[in-house]
Amino acid sequence: MRPAIFSFCSDPASLDTVRWLTCYLSTGKHMAFYMSFATVLLLLAITAPLALAFGFGGAIAARAQFAPLAWLGKGYIAIVRGVPDIAFFLFFVIALDQGVEWLRHQVKCPDWDEPIRQGNDFIVCSVAKMPLNSAPQWMHEIYGFTLAVLTFAIVFGAFAANVLYGAMRAVPRAQVETAEAYGMNRHQSFWRVLVPQMWLYALPGLSNLWMVLIKATPLLFLLGVEDIVYWARELGGSKTPQFTDYPHPDWRMWYFLALLIFYLAFTKLSEVVLDRITRRLSYGQATVAGAAQRKGRGKGPGTGSGNEKTEGTPA
Amino acid sequence: MTCLETLQAYAFRSLGYGERLLPRSDFTLCDQFVLIGSGLLWNIYFGLLAIVAGFFFANALAVAKTSARPWLRRPANGFIFVFRGSPLFIQFFFAYFLFLSLKSVSPVFNLLSSAWMGALIVLFLNTSAYSAQIFYGALCSIPKGDIEAADAYGMSGWVRFRRIMWPTAMRLAWPAYTNEAIFLFHATTLVFFSGFPAWRQQGDALYYANYFADKTFNPFVPYPILAFYFILLTLVVITVFGGINSYLNRHLPRDRRQKVKVRPQLIR
Repeated sequence: MRPAIFSFCSDPASLDTVRWLTCYLSTGKHMAFYMSFATVLLLLAITAPLALAFGFGGAIAARAQFAPLAWLGKGYIAIVRGVPDIAFFLFFVIALDQGVEWLRHQVKCPDWDEPIRQGNDFIVCSVAKMPLNSAPQWMHEIYGFTLAVLTFAIVFGAFAANVLYGAMRAVPRAQVETAEAYGMNRHQSFWRVLVPQMWLYALPGLSNLWMVLIKATPLLFLLGVEDIVYWARELGGSKTPQFTDYPHPDWRMWYFLALLIFYLAFTKLSEVVLDRITRRLSYGQATVAGAAQRKGRGKGPGTGSGNEKTEGTPA
Repeated sequence: MTCLETLQAYAFRSLGYGERLLPRSDFTLCDQFVLIGSGLLWNIYFGLLAIVAGFFFANALAVAKTSARPWLRRPANGFIFVFRGSPLFIQFFFAYFLFLSLKSVSPVFNLLSSAWMGALIVLFLNTSAYSAQIFYGALCSIPKGDIEAADAYGMSGWVRFRRIMWPTAMRLAWPAYTNEAIFLFHATTLVFFSGFPAWRQQGDALYYANYFADKTFNPFVPYPILAFYFILLTLVVITVFGGINSYLNRHLPRDRRQKVKVRPQLIR
């Protein structure tokens, strides 16, 4: 038994409601539950830039003059359309895992002569296992988390690529023409003129994507990471006095209500912050929002037509 | 088994007809195609009913949201915020456990904890909130001239809404609403991964695809099959909604008609 944080927690059965709850909510397992919120935030913090990088690569590939590369980029963007996203999550986790093990197998056991797929089994030599069977538990957890991050980045990268590709095309053509008139080559005009200007056009789509990314984090549970959904199910289930000092009936509903409130607060906060960033970026720009700010009547973007707004606002 | 026998045994397995046991070994391509296709029936069931029922509720919500009366506007705003601001996955979990505790209060609620009823309710409420936001945006962007013309003709109140505002709003909202319908069909795959039990292994397309991937440890066959089915389903949705869209736009000159564009939006 872990030592309790509060001294009065030694005999939970004799406590009144408030103290009992204090003790209950500070057990070791609850600490793990609170830590899993950090896991979610960590996932967001790593995935967002990584997905942006994937998206940037995809958008550049889709714009490439070399046709096969352009097909690759466009295919990457298009393949996520029409297929439920959760299928991608379930698919990529196994596919990536097997891909890594297959590569290690090719490198480490070159003289292995049996086929890798035998009936329903996927067999690689034991030194190619990832992580190794002898590895400590935390290695397995880190590996699982890394796979999850990669999966998220691949799927959301396709969406970011779609947004960035559109944003690059939204930059007025005259800007690039001016750059060419100054004697910049394709490379220079891309990096010095197009890229700095495209962010404003990409922002509505990217902020939308951020909101969607937040709401995709509970799917970590499906990827086998011990996230908030896992702990909410684990802790909420009814407990009998035999196994715990804090017996209670089925409380999973309340745990998920807490998660619901957490996500609502998080999306609300993001909405406010993103609104501010958009307003700041529109300042002085030659767009409707920028012009409205100059006249001193606008509150920034969102005064456009209804269709744009409904599609631009977070899903 | 030949493929025809498989078809007979498993075509309606997801609804409980045909062979009781799922295939356990020697999975053929035919097995996977038939069973995953069988599961797709559930996706169609959830998506279709939620879209149809949600359409009416979403219209009511959108009108309530534009209302000047706070007692109408505030609840609509709150409802839309709650369902749009939180992940559908968590909504499913919460609803399932809520229905479970209701069940222990009274047997009246027994039906709610089964997937076909409970998940449908969640999907209905969820799509209502998303669609209401789309319709609200459309109601706000009806050209001022249209309303003024209606006023000039002496229309007001319900008549003006029914003849002028509502058809225009639907026309403006339709491209975005088409996307919403597509995402709703995609979202139906979450049902059996979020608490709701698949009774006697009667699950949806993803449930069976996952079953095969688990058994064969080979994701490269079942998931592409699933993708194939969903691309077909998406094409059907686009065709149907595109037809309605051109009906709604029939009075406009060709170059002013709005086209339906697929804008994927991923998880809700």
